[in-house]
Amino acid sequence: MSLSGGPLDGGDLIRVPPAGGPRRVLGRRDDRADAIRSTAIALVSTIVFFGVIGWIVVNAPGWPAVQESFFNGTLFAEAFGFIRGSFVWERSILRAFLVNVQLFLIAEVLILVFGLLLAVLRSLPGPVFFPVRALATVYADVFRALPGVLVIFILGFGIPGLGIAGVPVEPFFYAVVALTLIYSAYVSEVYRAGIESVHPSQEAAARSLGLSRFQSLRFVILPQAVRRVIPPLLNDFIGLQKDTVLVSFVGVVEIFRASQIKQAATFNFTPYVATALVFIVVTIPLARLTDLLVARDRRRAAAGAR
Amino acid sequence: MSASPGPVSGGQALVIEGLHKSFGKLEVLRGIDLAVAEHEVICLIGASGSGKSTLLRCINLLEPIDAGRIVVAGEEITARKVDVNRIRRRIGIVFQAFNLFPHMSVLDNVTLGPRNALRMPPAEAEERARALLRRFGLEEKALDFPDRLSGGQQQRVAIVRALAMGPDLLLLDEVTSALDPELVAEVLNVIRELAAGGMTMLIATHEMGFARDIAVRVVFLDAGRILEEGPPDRIFGAPREERTQQFLRRIVEAGRL
Repeated sequence: MSLSGGPLDGGDLIRVPPAGGPRRVLGRRDDRADAIRSTAIALVSTIVFFGVIGWIVVNAPGWPAVQESFFNGTLFAEAFGFIRGSFVWERSILRAFLVNVQLFLIAEVLILVFGLLLAVLRSLPGPVFFPVRALATVYADVFRALPGVLVIFILGFGIPGLGIAGVPVEPFFYAVVALTLIYSAYVSEVYRAGIESVHPSQEAAARSLGLSRFQSLRFVILPQAVRRVIPPLLNDFIGLQKDTVLVSFVGVVEIFRASQIKQAATFNFTPYVATALVFIVVTIPLARLTDLLVARDRRRAAAGAR
Repeated sequence: MSASPGPVSGGQALVIEGLHKSFGKLEVLRGIDLAVAEHEVICLIGASGSGKSTLLRCINLLEPIDAGRIVVAGEEITARKVDVNRIRRRIGIVFQAFNLFPHMSVLDNVTLGPRNALRMPPAEAEERARALLRRFGLEEKALDFPDRLSGGQQQRVAIVRALAMGPDLLLLDEVTSALDPELVAEVLNVIRELAAGGMTMLIATHEMGFARDIAVRVVFLDAGRILEEGPPDRIFGAPREERTQQFLRRIVEAGRL
């Protein structure tokens, strides 16, 4: 029983590590061979896994119909604007995607500012600030509880419906406002965790120099807090990036709406698949970046620990 | 000086009267009376939990006090409506765990207070910071970040940071307790130099040899009270109180004196 790992078969234990598993004894001659073997096993198992799934799908009785309505090559190209050999930018879902990008970029800046404000309000100490803290807390609770679509609907149809003079009527405006309100609630929680992770002794040191509470926050607490929460912030922005499609419900023609229009014209779902691909392509780099930053922080924390 | 009716303390850097402080039900300071003359160096000794750190934090107004008063250079700093930020600029404190700002270079750590609390022009703040760093042999570390420094260097930077504010009074809270033994001397030497320069200091310490060496007066704190105080030779040579004798005996047994 070489895998049981009892004290008597310790020698065997080293030679039978879990393939690709964590930490083995370093500096062993058979380490390289192990690595090659693990990679090979991973490769073969992946090919087999996806091969089997692929085979099942392709041999399913409904596959030809599904293939036609989801993976139509001509319609796929047309979704991106390649129509009968020429490229028509106006008809490309990428053009509609620019609306998502705008929405995303504007909302992101507003969320960073508003979320920070909420977090700071929530961390004000003392009984005087109780109403402020309570309000900020209720805000975060309510907007995290509400489904995003509802907020977008209520704002996008409700406020213009009031008919107050001077109030904007463009759906894009309400889309930005709604996404900002929703995501600021999440982001304020992220900031708050960051602020609370800075040790109180840092504030004591800042205050002992005669800095005011606000100066301590600005120069000492927040710079450290924000640095620590960049990965979770990026994570929230990945969510925001995807949620920009929700604003199609109040009439903003963005990528999802554009592909819906194409789908309605042909009764074919291929434009949706094209849209999905666009999101995958823009989101994966952000997700990788987030992981990279998390890994870097972990290394730094390990190196900086005293 | 305007709003303090109490006794005018000529030449007294610090006067503490009837200071009480509790954390919840735990009474940490139970009536402290202490006067510190200008240029005097006082060492606070006593077991962990005797209230040394809390006393220093109260003097710097980092902890609100429950009763009593603290007067610094004639001004009652525990009076109502005192601007705590203005008071803290005059009182420096150095912590056991350094508490440097990890996201700033050594130079920025030192100039942060002067630039923002004293509103000193950045060029002047930097010039003065560099002069102080040079004086304590840290000039070439000015642009390094704290995590690149040894513990001893970090603590010296923390002392420089407090000095950059030009304080009238310096509080040192077990500043060598977190250091490896071989790094203790460099920090103690800095404090010796400050004492020689006439800085008024209140030093909480476990380094009895150092206390004996540097202190004008040694104050023994026990369970939130000053049990005994006097010149170091008397306190270390002929302690009167049973508790002081016990404490010193333990220190000797641990080989720290």
